[in-house]
Amino acid sequence: MDTFLLSRIQFAANISFHILFPTITIALGWVLLFFRYRFARTGEQKWMDAYMFWVKVFALSFALGVVSGITMSFQFGTNWPGFMEAVGNVAGPLLAYEVMTAFFLEAVFLGIMLFGARRVPPWLHILSTFLVAFGTTMSAFWILVLNSWMHTPQGYELRDGVVHATDWFSIIFNPSLPYRLGHMLLASGLTVAFLIAGIAAFRRLIGDRAETVSTQMRFGLILGAVLIPAQIVMGDLHGLNTLEHQPAKVAAMEGNWNTGPNVPLILFAIPDEAARTNHAEIAIPNGASLILKHSPSGVVPGLNDFVAEDGTVMHPPVAPVFWGFRVMVGTGMAMLALSWLGVLLIWRRGADALPRPYLMATVGMAFSGWVATLAGWYVTEIGRQPWLVTGVLTTEAAVGDVAAPMVMATLMAYLAIYLALMIAYIGVIFHLARRAAEGKRPTREEPRDAPISVPAE
Amino acid sequence: MTLDATTLPVIFAGLMGISILLYVILDGFDLGVGLLFPFAEPAERDRMIASIGPFWDANETWLVLAIGILLVAFPTAHGTILTALYLPVAVMLVGLILRGVAFEFRAKAPLSHKASWDRAFFIGSLMTSASQGFMLGMYIMGLEWTLFHVGFALLTAGALTVAYSFIGAAWVILKTDDALQLKAVAWARGGIWGMALGLGAVSVATPFVSTRIFERWFSFPEVVLLAPLPLMSVALIVLLWLGLRHLPTRNDHFAWFPFAGATTLMVLGFFGMGYSFYPYIVPEQMTIYEAAASPESLRIILFGALFVLPMIIGYTVLSYTVFRGKATKLSYD
Repeated sequence: MDTFLLSRIQFAANISFHILFPTITIALGWVLLFFRYRFARTGEQKWMDAYMFWVKVFALSFALGVVSGITMSFQFGTNWPGFMEAVGNVAGPLLAYEVMTAFFLEAVFLGIMLFGARRVPPWLHILSTFLVAFGTTMSAFWILVLNSWMHTPQGYELRDGVVHATDWFSIIFNPSLPYRLGHMLLASGLTVAFLIAGIAAFRRLIGDRAETVSTQMRFGLILGAVLIPAQIVMGDLHGLNTLEHQPAKVAAMEGNWNTGPNVPLILFAIPDEAARTNHAEIAIPNGASLILKHSPSGVVPGLNDFVAEDGTVMHPPVAPVFWGFRVMVGTGMAMLALSWLGVLLIWRRGADALPRPYLMATVGMAFSGWVATLAGWYVTEIGRQPWLVTGVLTTEAAVGDVAAPMVMATLMAYLAIYLALMIAYIGVIFHLARRAAEGKRPTREEPRDAPISVPAE
Repeated sequence: MTLDATTLPVIFAGLMGISILLYVILDGFDLGVGLLFPFAEPAERDRMIASIGPFWDANETWLVLAIGILLVAFPTAHGTILTALYLPVAVMLVGLILRGVAFEFRAKAPLSHKASWDRAFFIGSLMTSASQGFMLGMYIMGLEWTLFHVGFALLTAGALTVAYSFIGAAWVILKTDDALQLKAVAWARGGIWGMALGLGAVSVATPFVSTRIFERWFSFPEVVLLAPLPLMSVALIVLLWLGLRHLPTRNDHFAWFPFAGATTLMVLGFFGMGYSFYPYIVPEQMTIYEAAASPESLRIILFGALFVLPMIIGYTVLSYTVFRGKATKLSYD
């Protein structure tokens, strides 16, 4: 394998691993603020128990997000020097604003939020929790501004092949930003909703009858049930925006080869790029035209429009985009079914009398948000290929001149570490759940059976 | 002063320098705490972790800011430096990952795994410190991979690692008491030579890398004007050496001294290096003016920085104030 392909796999591995944790912390920060606020208002222990449990998951996820994020910031230089050389004048300030307005805010106030409850007045503790949540959201905003600009660039001019910013307002509020930001924030909310419901279901299954478990169950399922329709609408809007600005991506998502009206919605197919057709297709007639153009005779772009006269393919690889899209939508539908059924069951039988098979399904869906989010990111990022910045810079032109064996060595190291950390992370969440279920109140940072001689201040 | 292609690169080189300096001091002490883990009892480790718990995230953010400024203000230099240092950067990143996650996992994973995560915390700290020292050496030598340069870089790798463990020990002296503090004084006594060796090696080697740097230091009258820099460093090392023999004192007076001394030494060393290399960002190859991004982009970052950096410093001070005094057990409630 060559340096280019290895560098792409390495970056994909890094960013896939990284995004898992911000996806949790962005929304979990706000959820913690809600738990904290409910406790302050009602004084009910169940809210504090919920806060104390999830703040640990937050701290753990935050740490994983930070360290995998540092890796990302270095890889721009080690593997993709062409990126900053060509578009640094736009990407630079956006990244700088992310570091300055978000990273420090969240990192500093996280310390106070986690360890300062006894040292600062309650208002400052709640304010710190708010600033951490706000910081993670700001971070998401700035990085999605940059990502959206890479998809739909504007507000710049090219001088000697280098991008120079001309209009910061139109750079920041580029056409795909509102949809991408909305889609990602909702994805984060859904990931957290199903994680909370899933872990609560797990605790119930192993016999935890604590009141907080029902509260968390109710909270997670209702949050999921409310957010999933919003996400479906937002996803549809995002798709229409993509159709306008990146038609080749939509063509790949739909697996549609020829531009024309009455394009079916393909439920299953095996796209074949060599033969430029689909095999084993199962489709709903006129479906894609209806969704994308709101009319059966609506014209939907086809992939064959994006092949140059000399045969150069200027559309993304079809199969990963096509399949990524179906995995994302399928997971979303499963979320819809699970959360609405859950709300129905809670309404009819109460949150502490959910049937066992339902609880098991909920545990199974605990990390469904990760699946959908990753699948969605693969659709949009692979869907941008062969461009790194649409119409400005190809991915191949940005890759650095590092020997392939060296990239291979680092890639292997990263993959091994990420796999181990993923197992450890999921294992620890279930360990914390088990420990909480055993009746040990999950309030101590240090395990209780590790006595340390620390004099009280 | 106008903000154009002659002033902006200097301002950003200054900002980057301050970020690197703050990083080396702040993450230096918490890396150092990790390096000292094998010498501490399990119970002492919890207290050492407690002394850095509220700070390490923010400390590491200074590295992100430094690399971010290199990335955004000097994009061409960023690519050149980081591709030349590909492997040590990768080692550092793996180290940072290991220690960052070990910090959380050691307290949250089953108790039987704790010793393994403690080991991961030490190994991560070691990888990070050593690779940073290695990169420092390679950078001074002009980023060329020859046997001699790698040998020098290995020396600086060892020296920076010991220097970090020294400042880590100084932090533990400041933040703890009783038996652990006593132990930390012994660690600091064992580590101060690394600080001296590192500063010495870099000071002796740098002037011989290029005649330009040599001239800068040893022509007249510079040699006289600059003399206070090395003299102060030597005096400070001697003072630290003597001071450590009398610590800890009754009433805990002067517990701050080793940390303040170590910090001052790092500041002095840093200014020496800055003086040697200015105006180059890639030693002897590329100046900050050649590598700088376009003025209009730098201006918009500077505008934000002038507004935000004072706030960052403000709430960083707030955090160190909230967690002042001796470290107590970490608890979420």
